Amino acid sequence: MDHDAAKYIGAGLACLGMAGAGIGLGNLFGQFLSGALRNPSAADGQRPTLLLGFALTEALGIFSLLVALLLLFVVK
Amino acid sequence: MDPIHQFHITTLFPITHSIGFTNSALFMFLAVGVAALLMMATTSSRAIVPGRWQSLAETLYEFVASTVRSSAGNAGMKFMPLVFSLFMFVLITNLFGMVPGFFAVTAQIIVTFALAALVISTVIIYGFYKHGTHFLHLFVPSGVPGWLLPLMVAIEVISFVSRPLSLSVRLFANMLAGHIALKIFASFIVALAGAGVLTAIISPLPFALTIALVALELLVAVLQAYVFATLTCVYLNDALHPGH
Repeated sequence: MDHDAAKYIGAGLACLGMAGAGIGLGNLFGQFLSGALRNPSAADGQRPTLLLGFALTEALGIFSLLVALLLLFVVK
Repeated sequence: MDPIHQFHITTLFPITHSIGFTNSALFMFLAVGVAALLMMATTSSRAIVPGRWQSLAETLYEFVASTVRSSAGNAGMKFMPLVFSLFMFVLITNLFGMVPGFFAVTAQIIVTFALAALVISTVIIYGFYKHGTHFLHLFVPSGVPGWLLPLMVAIEVISFVSRPLSLSVRLFANMLAGHIALKIFASFIVALAGAGVLTAIISPLPFALTIALVALELLVAVLQAYVFATLTCVYLNDALHPGH
């Protein structure tokens, strides 16, 4: 296979990993909302935990983006 | 436009053949200077009723202090200077990265890895200094049946070893990907505006998206500093209280 073509296909495949981060983030905020709507008074106290979970989950999606970017710009 | 170009390190003043004062070093010095100036100048008056600047410094301090207390307990407060310095350094270098023309220091893996290595070596050295070989109980979860123990110890060791890696890559990748995404969307504006009348009409769309991305990146810059500080506290908690 052509070297450049393989690189671009690899970058595209690496971006599939973002689907996992998408599921995770949807789950995170969905669960938070369902919990927050049941007990709105307790929701504010859990916001730092929510943001921490958001950052940790989002980082995994960023990792796959990073692999894609490395393939596109760094791999010769 | 090459989106990687913004992370290029240039030597400003060469010292020896291979060592020099780089733009990365310049912005690290700037960040330390701004952090020190911010904290010293705002708390110099020490008013009982704090003014705007003093309450900014106090809010920052209290924020980090409550993070340390909640994840490492009161014994963790002896690491407050370390955690607070790390938080301020990461926060200010992240926010510096958002200023156009400034260099994003935390988008260099070597910088974030050095910070993570500092945290993990503090954990290991303090853990062995405080608890001796009892620190190794960190790798042996209690209440696990004997036949499962070798597997659990292996998993715990791998999870411990991967910590400096994940801690550094998380910050680095977030900053790198954010800055590259900003650059790519910004280059869409120019490309669309220059390609013809029809495409110039839709060129405000990537512009709006770039503004939204800047807002997101500001959130990420603060959030990643918070996450770095929180995870530092979580890891220091292992050094303070090993054994589950």
